[in-house]
Amino acid sequence: MADERIFVKGNEAVAMGAMDAGLKAYFGYPITPQNEIPEFMSANLPAAGGAFVQAESEIAAVNMVLGAAATGVRAMTSSSSPGISLMQESISYMAGSETPCVIVNMMRGGPGLGDINTAQGDYHQSVRGGGHGDYRTPCLAPASCQEAYDLTREAFDWAFTHRTPVLIVGDAILGQMKEPLLRAAPRPADPDEGSDWRLEGAKGRERRIVRSLFLADGALAKVNARLRDKYRALEPLARAETVFTEDADLVVVAFGSIGRIVKSAVRKLRAEGHKVGLVRPITLYPFPSALLRGLAASGKRFLTVEHNLGQMVDDVRLAVCGLAESDFFGELAGNIPTPDLFEDAIRRALAGGSQ
Amino acid sequence: MSENLVFSRTPSLFDVATHYCPGCQHGVAQRLVGEYIDQENLAEQTLMVTSIGCSVLIYNYLAYDAVEAPHGRAPAVATGVKRANPDKLVFTYQGDGDLASIGMAEIMHAANRGERITVVFVNNTVYGMTGGQMAPTTLPGQKTTTSPRGRDTATSGSPMHMAEIMAALPGVAYSARAALNNVKHIVQAKKAIRRAFDVQRQNLGMGFVELLSNCPTNWKMTPLQSNEHIENALIPCFPLGVYKDVDNQGAN
Amino acid sequence: MSRIAINEERCKGCLLCTAACPEGILRRSGHINSQGYKVAEADPALAGACTGCTACARVCPDLVIMVWRTVKAGAKEAR
Repeated sequence: MADERIFVKGNEAVAMGAMDAGLKAYFGYPITPQNEIPEFMSANLPAAGGAFVQAESEIAAVNMVLGAAATGVRAMTSSSSPGISLMQESISYMAGSETPCVIVNMMRGGPGLGDINTAQGDYHQSVRGGGHGDYRTPCLAPASCQEAYDLTREAFDWAFTHRTPVLIVGDAILGQMKEPLLRAAPRPADPDEGSDWRLEGAKGRERRIVRSLFLADGALAKVNARLRDKYRALEPLARAETVFTEDADLVVVAFGSIGRIVKSAVRKLRAEGHKVGLVRPITLYPFPSALLRGLAASGKRFLTVEHNLGQMVDDVRLAVCGLAESDFFGELAGNIPTPDLFEDAIRRALAGGSQ
Repeated sequence: MSENLVFSRTPSLFDVATHYCPGCQHGVAQRLVGEYIDQENLAEQTLMVTSIGCSVLIYNYLAYDAVEAPHGRAPAVATGVKRANPDKLVFTYQGDGDLASIGMAEIMHAANRGERITVVFVNNTVYGMTGGQMAPTTLPGQKTTTSPRGRDTATSGSPMHMAEIMAALPGVAYSARAALNNVKHIVQAKKAIRRAFDVQRQNLGMGFVELLSNCPTNWKMTPLQSNEHIENALIPCFPLGVYKDVDNQGAN
Repeated sequence: MSRIAINEERCKGCLLCTAACPEGILRRSGHINSQGYKVAEADPALAGACTGCTACARVCPDLVIMVWRTVKAGAKEAR
């Protein structure tokens, strides 16, 4: 069993990663293109001793997560773009109350009802704290089924180490494609996880409150300062995959499934002799700014490629500001990109032309 | 002759002044909850889910581990708490805006699922904390800051009767309505609260108790007048009684 | 005689207790506490009629009232 590769959808890989990370509670609501996640959970989580509820809405689902997570339990929900919009208030509450959990977004086309196909239109919502108030959530962006499994497992460790909601930012391609997956041994349960803050009944100690309301003079400011310091401390944990960047003249920046497709285009162009490389951020927050800045300092040019009207490109431009600029090529949500499309864009950039 | 102390503060209640307005019966409702939990020696087992309204600070008054729910979502938060911790005593404490307006989906579905939680619903027919706006339970003709000419049922509907609605759902083991405007009613309310918690502990389903309460400030009455108003206006609209008890042990 | 004690500093002067007392012992006093509320009090002339029924304490939202019930020597304990 340990070395056996199985052939699964990205959604299933996410669900398996969560279960192997010790997930104890899943609450979700059906929405295309992520329904395999609640379906897998309904079939497998109760038998593993966990709680599964198909909630009445995404709002209810994320608030069930809030409740379970407040008691120190590894809890998760999943949805797609419109449902993630519904969840924003509660995510803000969990960020403010420093409650750990994992939320999976398999992005689809927007805005509004959009379509049910792949897109990357929720980047800003994901990395800039999509709800009200000043907060961020670590965002991990897998580009393969194996990475979906690995990063979902890792997401729980991020969540509990830093006491924060963590987003897995996927898309319809990732959710629906099938690839081989190697599962790792399940994480052994840790009964002491969260024992210094979780709610369990005030026995032998003062009662605890998991809250985000702070009315006393200066109290909310203290919380905001703590959050600021927390997010600063995350910066060194930024991560990206780099391909052929050392001697590249042009660095293409792309994430998720688009990063995967762009990697193919980059490999093809390299084989033709073009000095092109790829940076594929794996952590969208914290963003690999230092890495990009280092590349900019050595004189490289940048082209950001996304499946939206230009969102991550803002962070690339911020990262390289003063040293370099980034051009942008975006496929519109509603269209399905092909490798040729991106290859043509990269060729234009290599030739010094604009997009 | 000797004397016995027959009434004092139950240990679950912090010895602090509350922020509630003079005469506000939140003070009575939260005390009744605390008295039950202390009588049953369950304070260390209790997980409280607080809501948005005048009672938002109830965790400053009742000494239980507590989690603050977004407006209306307490039954969902409580679902998560209880499903992850079935051996704990879990309750929500909500007002009429929180439960019957923004939170209507959450209370209906938690009730429909038969979540093993207890819901304490404090109904004073008005949004108190935000300054007296109309609520789903506002009486026809009642003047509020968003129904300045009186609630017009033609455009704003009629008061929602939550105890009756809850009773119709199979997942609810106990649903009752009581009032807090005199000692006799407070005695009945205390019994209803007891039963609403007992059905959770007996794993029978959700326990729901609606407490008719006052809002002297936003009703623009004195506390004494507000108790009259409960007697003369609220109770005829929201009859007291046990609307459901799976064991038929209700006090109706 | 049974008796009550009112924590004047916590009393908000809501007077709900005055309506609850079956003996009519409670009334608004003439003095104001440090919060600015005109507090309730037991009329000293009537306080002897207190039966320790706890009605006042039970309607008080602020847990301001403690109640002692007097037990006659030889009688069974109340409650």
